[in-house]
Amino acid sequence: MTEFTPLSATIGGVLIGISAVWMMASVGRIAGISGIISGGIAGAKGDMAWRVTFILGLLAGPFLAGLARPELLKASFPTEGIYLILAGILVGWGTSLGSGCTSGHGVCGIARFSARSIIATLTFMATGILTVFCMRYFGVIV
Amino acid sequence: MRIPIATFIAGLLFGVGLTISEMTNPAKVMAFLDIFRFWDPSLAFVMGGALITTFIGYQWVLRKDGPLFAEKFRLPTKQDVDGRLIGGAALFGIGWGMVGLCPGPAIANLSFAGNNGLIFVLSMLATMAAFKFLNREKV
Repeated sequence: MTEFTPLSATIGGVLIGISAVWMMASVGRIAGISGIISGGIAGAKGDMAWRVTFILGLLAGPFLAGLARPELLKASFPTEGIYLILAGILVGWGTSLGSGCTSGHGVCGIARFSARSIIATLTFMATGILTVFCMRYFGVIV
Repeated sequence: MRIPIATFIAGLLFGVGLTISEMTNPAKVMAFLDIFRFWDPSLAFVMGGALITTFIGYQWVLRKDGPLFAEKFRLPTKQDVDGRLIGGAALFGIGWGMVGLCPGPAIANLSFAGNNGLIFVLSMLATMAAFKFLNREKV
C-alpha cells in the first residue's frame, strides 16, 4: 500500500518525457529501455558507447535525485526470491518478443500514435493487473 | 563523443524522473496495478506527464531534417499487430506485475536498492541474451 502522489508523479513523468524528446532531438532514437539494453547484448562494436552511457546516466539519476531528497531512495519488494527470477525471465522474454516495454511502447510509441504500441500497452497493463489480482487471491502478496 | 554524452544526459534525466516519481519502488508500481484493492494511481500521472511532454516534443523535433548529432531519425518501422507483439506484451505484463519492475526502474534501482533488483536484472539480461541467441537467424 503506497500513497497517491500526483504532483511528484507528474513532475517525474515530465522529466521522463524531456529525456525521450532529447533522445530523439540529439541522436534520433527512441528512449526505449528494453531495446537500448537488448541491443547492447552481443551488439556491434560501434553501436555500444551510446547505450552504455545511457545506462550509466540511468544509474546516476537516483544518486542525483537522492542528494536533494534522500527519502526518495526507497524500494520495498512485495515479492522476493524465486519471483524475482521468474519475473526477470518474463520481462526479458516478453520485451524481446514484443519489441518494447513501458518506455518504448508506453511512452514513445503512444506519443507517435503507433497502433502497435497502443495495443502492447493495453495488453501489458491488463496482464499486469490480472497478475497482481491473482497474487492477492492466492495469498502471494497480502 | 557528442553522442555518448547526449545519451548520458538522456539517461540521467530518465533516472531522475523515475526516482522523483518513485517508480523505482516496486511496491508503488505494484500498487498501481492493484486496482481492486489498494489502488495508487500515481503511475498513470507519470505516464500522462511523460506522454504529453513526448507528444508535444516529438511534434516539434520530428519536423526537423534530422537529429543534432546523428544522420537521421530512427523510428520503428514495424506496422503489423501480430501474435509476437501481443504475446510478448502479455508475458512482459505478467513479469511486471509479479515484482513491480520493468527494465528502466530495474536498472535505476541497482544504484541503491540492493540485491533483489540485481537478481531481477541478471535474470532479465540472461533471458534477453538467450532470446537473441535462439532467434539469431530471424533477427
